[in-house]
Amino acid sequence: MNASARVATVASRPERVGLGVMFALSFGAIALGAGWVTGPSAAVVAAAMLASVIGLVLVAFVGGLETRRALAPYGLLKPGILWLSLFFLAPLWSMVVMSLSSKESRFDFFPSFTWEWDNYRVALTDFRPQFLRSFGYAAIATLLTILIGFPLAYVIAFRGGKYRNILLGLVVIPFFTSYLIRTLAWGNILADEGPVVSIIDNLGLTGAFESLSVMDNGKLLNTPAAVIGGLTYNFLPFMVLPIYVSLEKIDPRLVDAAMDLYSSASAAFRKIVVPLALPGIFAGSLLVFIPAAGDFVNAQFLGNPQTTMVGNSIQDQFLRQLNYPVASAMSFVLMFIITIAVLVYTKFMGTEDLA
Amino acid sequence: MGDVIRLDQVRKQYGSFVAVDNADFCIGRGEFFAMLGPSGCGKTTTLKMIAGFEQPSSGRVLLEGVDVSTVPPYKRNVNTVFQQYALFPHMTVADNIAFGPRSKKLDEGEVKKRVGDMLDVVRLSEFANRRPAQLSGGQQQRVALARALVNYPSALLLDEPLAALDLKLREAMQIELKRIQREVEITFVFVTHDQGEALTMSDRIAVMSQGVVEQIGTATDIYKRPQSLFVAGFIGSANLLPAVVAQGDSAGASLDFWGGGRITVKSNHVNADVALTPGEQVTVMLRPEHLHVSATQPAGESLAATVTDIVFQGASVRVVARLANDTEVTVLVSGEADLPFLRPDSTLWLSWNADAPFVLDGWPSVAGATTTNVDSIEALL
Repeated sequence: MNASARVATVASRPERVGLGVMFALSFGAIALGAGWVTGPSAAVVAAAMLASVIGLVLVAFVGGLETRRALAPYGLLKPGILWLSLFFLAPLWSMVVMSLSSKESRFDFFPSFTWEWDNYRVALTDFRPQFLRSFGYAAIATLLTILIGFPLAYVIAFRGGKYRNILLGLVVIPFFTSYLIRTLAWGNILADEGPVVSIIDNLGLTGAFESLSVMDNGKLLNTPAAVIGGLTYNFLPFMVLPIYVSLEKIDPRLVDAAMDLYSSASAAFRKIVVPLALPGIFAGSLLVFIPAAGDFVNAQFLGNPQTTMVGNSIQDQFLRQLNYPVASAMSFVLMFIITIAVLVYTKFMGTEDLA
Repeated sequence: MGDVIRLDQVRKQYGSFVAVDNADFCIGRGEFFAMLGPSGCGKTTTLKMIAGFEQPSSGRVLLEGVDVSTVPPYKRNVNTVFQQYALFPHMTVADNIAFGPRSKKLDEGEVKKRVGDMLDVVRLSEFANRRPAQLSGGQQQRVALARALVNYPSALLLDEPLAALDLKLREAMQIELKRIQREVEITFVFVTHDQGEALTMSDRIAVMSQGVVEQIGTATDIYKRPQSLFVAGFIGSANLLPAVVAQGDSAGASLDFWGGGRITVKSNHVNADVALTPGEQVTVMLRPEHLHVSATQPAGESLAATVTDIVFQGASVRVVARLANDTEVTVLVSGEADLPFLRPDSTLWLSWNADAPFVLDGWPSVAGATTTNVDSIEALL
C-alpha cells in the first residue's frame, strides 16, 4: 500500500485516529508521570505526544466536515484525559508499585520494588480495627445524615415557598468556612466546659447519655460519638442537596392522586414520595459514605487514640513513620473495599435514573 | 333516588374572595355532566369540593345521599382524572392502575383481574409493563382514566382532561371518552373551558361565571335558550342586538332595534324573566347561522348592512357586516352558495325565520357579534 492510499484509509476511519491518539496521549502522560521514562527519552515521549496532537489537528483540517464531526468528541475529551492520566493514573501506578516495595536494607532511604505482598498482610491485620471503625463510623454517619437531612430537604422542597433558595443557601453556608476550622469549632462546642456538656449536666442527663455510651466519664469530646457527630455535621449538606433535588422534582399532585386513590397522607408519603426520593438518598449516601470512610480530620480533632480511623493511620504511616509501602497498601485496601461496597449498594439500591 | 352527587347551597370563600357562590344542583346516575366556564369561574374549585381536596365554607356536598363535606378524599368513593394526569412515574402502567384497589387492600387476584379488564377497556393491554414516560399523551390520558375507573367509583371527576392534547387527538379522545362512559355506565363530571368539548360530550352542562352557576341544561337548551347574556355570548357565537319593546302581549312582541329596524318575536322565544312592557330594554340574540343574506330587500323583516370582511372556512363562509348604527354582526353562509354580491363594502340585507330570534332581558355590554371583539373574548377567558 502506498503512502497516499494509507492516508486515504486513515481519513476514512477518523474515529479510529481519534481513539488512537487519545490512548497514545494517556499512555505517554502515565509514562511521564510515573517516571517510566526520564531525561532525554522523556523529552522524546513529550515530543511524540505533541506530534500526535498536531497530526490529529492536521487530519481534522484535511478531512471534511464529516471527519471533523467524528473527531470532535475525542478532541473535547483530551484535556480531561491528559489531566487524569498525569495526576490520577500515574500516581495510582506509583502507589501500586510502592505498595509492593520494601527497603532492602534499613539504611535505604527509598524502598524498591520487590513483590512485597507482606505489606497487604500488615495493612489488613495490624490495622483491622481502624478499618472496621472507619466503615462503622461512616455507616452510622450516613444513616444519621439521612435521618436529619431528609426532613430538612422535605420541608425546603415542599414548604419552602419563596424562601426555598434562602434555606438552601443556609444549608450550604458552612462551606464558606474551612473544613478544619469547622471541626475545631466543634471541639470547642463539645468541650468539657462547653455549652453542650453543661446543658446535659444541668438537665441531669449525663448518666442517661453515658448508659447510651454517647458520653464517657462525663465527657463528650474525644468519644466515638463526637467523631460520628463531626462526620455527620460536616457531610450533612452532601445528603441534603441531592435529596432536595429529587424531592423538588416530585409533582405535588402525585400526592393528591395517591390520596384520591384511597391512600392516607402517610401511605402516600410511603408509596410515592419516598420511592421518588430514592435516587437522591442513593446519591447522597455515596457522597457522604465515601469521603467519611476515608476521613481523618474528625477523628484527629474530636476523637481519642481509641477512635482513630484508617485515614489517620494512613496519614501516620505516610508522614510520620515514613512507611510508604504499608501506607500505600492501606490506601489500596481502602479503595478496594469502598469500590466493592459501592457496587453492592448500587446492585441493591441503584435505580436506573442514577448509573 | 337517582342522584349520585348533590350540592346543597355550597359556598367556597378564600378570605374575602368568593370562589363558588350558592352552587345548588344534582348530578344523576350515569350522567355525563360538564361544568363549563372561563378560567377562574369556580368550576375546578367545585370539582375539588366533590373530590374532597377542598371543603365548602358553607353548604353540604352529598355523595349517594350521604353528607361528605368534611370527609377526606381517600375516604370518598369518587376518583379524579387530573389535568396533567399525575401518573406515578416510578410504577408501570399496570401498577399505576392497581394503586387504588391495592390501597383498598383488595385480594391480589381480584386486583389483577380488574386491572386486566380495565386495560382492555382503554385498549392498552400490550402496554401494561411500560412506564408512563414511555407512553404518548393520549395513552397517558387513558391510563389516568383506567386508574380512576378501576375503583368503580360513584362518580368520575375529570379536571380539563383533554387540555394537554393537540386538536386531532382531543377530538378522538372526546369520542373515546363517550365510548368508555357508555361502557362502564359511571357518572362523569367533566370540567372544561372548551365549549365545543362540553357541547359534544355532555348530557347536561352547568355554565359557570364568577363563582355562580348561570344555567344548567342540555346542550341544545343552553345553545338555543340561554338564560343570561353571559351564557348567550359564551356558548357558540351570537349576535346580541339591543332593542326596546314597542308592544307585547301573551302571543308575542314587536321590538325596535336600537339604531333602527323592527323585529317580531313569538312569546315562547322570550326568556322567562323578560317583561314585555313597552319601553323595556331587551337583547335579541340571533345566531350567525340563522341569518340569511340577500342583495335586495326581502319581503319580510330585515336589516341593511355593509360587508366588512369575508372569511372562507371550508364548509362555510363567515361574513362580517356592519349595521347602519355601526354594530358588527357575523353571518354564516354555506361555502357552496354562490353569492356574487358578497364583496367588501357592498350592501346586503339580513333576514331571519320567525323561530330564529331569542329575547333576553337587559342590554349587552358589547353590542353585536360576540366573536369579533377580541377584547371581550379575552376578558371572558
